[in-house]
Amino acid sequence: MSILVLENIHTYYGEIHALRGVSLSVEEGEIVTLIGGNGAGKSTTLNTISGLLQPRRGSIRLYNEDLSNFKAHEIVAKGVVQVPEGRRVFGRLTVAENLEMGAFTRPLRSEIAQSLEQVFTLFPRLKEREGQLAGTLSGGEQQMLAMGRALMAKPKVLLLDEPSMGLAPVLVDSIFDTIRKLHALGTTILLVEQNARMALQVADRGYVLQTGEIILTDKAAALRENESVQKAYLGVL
Amino acid sequence: MRKNSLGRLTITDVVMFAVGLGLAGVIVAGSAATLSSGKYTLAQWQDLFIFGLAQGSIYALIALGYTLVYGVLRMINFAHSEVFMSGPYTAYFFARYMFNIGFLQAYPVAGLLIVSAISMLTSMAIALTVERIAYRPLRKAPRLVPLITAIGASFFLQYTFRGLYGSGIDRYPELAILKGSISVLGVRVLVTQALVIVAAAVFMGLLYAFVMLSKTGKAMRAVSEDKETAQLMGIDVDRIITTTFALGGALAGAAGVLYALIFGQVQFYMGFVPGIKAFTAAVLGGIGNVPGAMVGGLFLGVFESVGPSLFLDGLGIPAPNQLKDAIAFTMLVFVLIFRPSGILGERLATKKA
Repeated sequence: MSILVLENIHTYYGEIHALRGVSLSVEEGEIVTLIGGNGAGKSTTLNTISGLLQPRRGSIRLYNEDLSNFKAHEIVAKGVVQVPEGRRVFGRLTVAENLEMGAFTRPLRSEIAQSLEQVFTLFPRLKEREGQLAGTLSGGEQQMLAMGRALMAKPKVLLLDEPSMGLAPVLVDSIFDTIRKLHALGTTILLVEQNARMALQVADRGYVLQTGEIILTDKAAALRENESVQKAYLGVL
Repeated sequence: MRKNSLGRLTITDVVMFAVGLGLAGVIVAGSAATLSSGKYTLAQWQDLFIFGLAQGSIYALIALGYTLVYGVLRMINFAHSEVFMSGPYTAYFFARYMFNIGFLQAYPVAGLLIVSAISMLTSMAIALTVERIAYRPLRKAPRLVPLITAIGASFFLQYTFRGLYGSGIDRYPELAILKGSISVLGVRVLVTQALVIVAAAVFMGLLYAFVMLSKTGKAMRAVSEDKETAQLMGIDVDRIITTTFALGGALAGAAGVLYALIFGQVQFYMGFVPGIKAFTAAVLGGIGNVPGAMVGGLFLGVFESVGPSLFLDGLGIPAPNQLKDAIAFTMLVFVLIFRPSGILGERLATKKA
C-alpha cells in the first residue's frame, strides 16, 4: 500500500520553475531513492513534501490525506519527518535536548522514553555524549544525532536528505549500515543521495530526477544495470 | 590589541588603543583622587551601590525582553520602551482607585500583587499586539523594514497613551510598609530597593529556569538557532515567537511596577530612557544571551550609579551625577569598539547574523 504519493507536483522559487510535475510514490516498509545531479530538484522535492515549500500545483497525499495545505510543523505531527541536508543539529543544545526536540510533537512521556531507548540502542555513541553540546560532536556523530532526532518523532515516512554528504568513506559505510538496520525494523524511507552507487545498493526502487522532472523509474537493481544511469550517475564508462 | 583580518595593525587600531588606554588612565586617576580625598564615607558608597543594584535589576528585566526577541527574530524591538511604560501607567489607575477606597492601606501585600498582575498583563497584551500587527506581516521583509515599524510603533504607543492618560506626571500612592529601611549584613537598605532587588532576582531566576528546563524554553533556543530545522521538528515557530513576546512583555510590566516603587511616578514618556538603557545593557551583556542581559543590566546600573562620583569627583568635575547618562553611553561606545559581542556574547561576525 502506498503511504506517500506525489502527483504532478510543480514548485517554484519565485519565477524559477524548480519542479516540473514530479510524481512518485512510496510503499509501506520500502526504501525509495531519488537520485540526480546538482540542482536537479532532489532537496526541493523533500522540502515540498515537508511543507517548507508550497507546491503551486499538484497533490501530496499521506494515507490518502492531502498534505499540501498543512504547515511544516503540522506535517511532522502527521508522521512525515525529514533529516535535513547538512545535518543541522542545534549546536548550542545538548545531545539529549536535541533528541527531546525531535519528539516535540509527541505528548506521552512514556512513549518518548521508549523511543529514546531505541535511538540509544541504534547509536550507543549518542548515549555516551548525552550531556554534551551538539556543536562539539564530530561530523559523523552529528549525522547520527540528526537521524536519531528524526526517529524520536516516530515517523511513518522518514525523508533523508544527503545523509552521506561531507563524511569520510568509513562513516558513509556506517550511515548506510544504519539505513539498512532501519529498513529491517520496517521504517519507510525516501532517500535523496548524490552517492547514487550506495543509494541504489540499499534501495528497493529508485527515481532519476533531471532538471525538475522524473526521467526514469525502476527497481534499484535494474537502475544499477541501466546504461544511461551508469554513465550519468555511477561513473561507469 | 586586536588586529585586522590580515594580521596587521592599522592606524585606527593604534589610535583606538591609545584612546582606550587614555580613558582607562583617567578612570584610574579619578578614582584614586576621589578615594584619597575621603569625600565620601563608606556608607555613602554602599548607598550608591545598592541604588545601582536596584536600578540595574530593573534594566536587567527590561533588557531580557530585548534579548529574547533578538534571539528568536534577530531584530531589535524598539517599541519595548513603551511596552514597559504601558503596564505601570495602566496599573497606576487601579492603584489609585484601591488607595481611594482604602483597600491598598488595609491589604498592602494583596494590593501590590494585584497592581503587579495588572501591569504585567497590560504590558504583555501590548507586546503581543505590536508583534501581531507591526512585525508578523513583515516577517519576510528586509531587516530594515521591521526596525522602522518598531520605531513607528514606539511613537504610536507613546502618543496613544498620552492621549488616553494625559501628558502630566502621576504619583503612585505611597504605602506605609514600603517606607524606611532595613539592615542587611550591617548595610542599611531602603525597603523599596530591597523589594526591587529581591523581586527582580526571583523573576530572573524563574525566566532562566523556564528557558533552560521547560520544553517550550528549549524550543525557543532551538528556534533561535535555526527556524527552518525547528519547523522540521514539528515546532510551531509562530507560537514560539508569540510566547517570547509574551514573556518579554510580562517581565517589562514587572520592571515597570518596580520602577514605580523606586521613583514613585509614571508618565507617558517614562519608557524612553530606561528602554534605551536596557537596550544598552542587553548589548553590553551580549544581545541574544539571557544571562548576558542580566549581567549587563546589573553592571550598567551599578556603573552609572557609582561611576560618576568615583571617576569624576576626584578630577574636580562639579555635580558628577548629572553626567551618569554620558558615562553609561560612553561605556556602550567602548564596548562596541573593543568587544562588539558584549560581555557574554559570542562573536556575531562569524555567524550568519
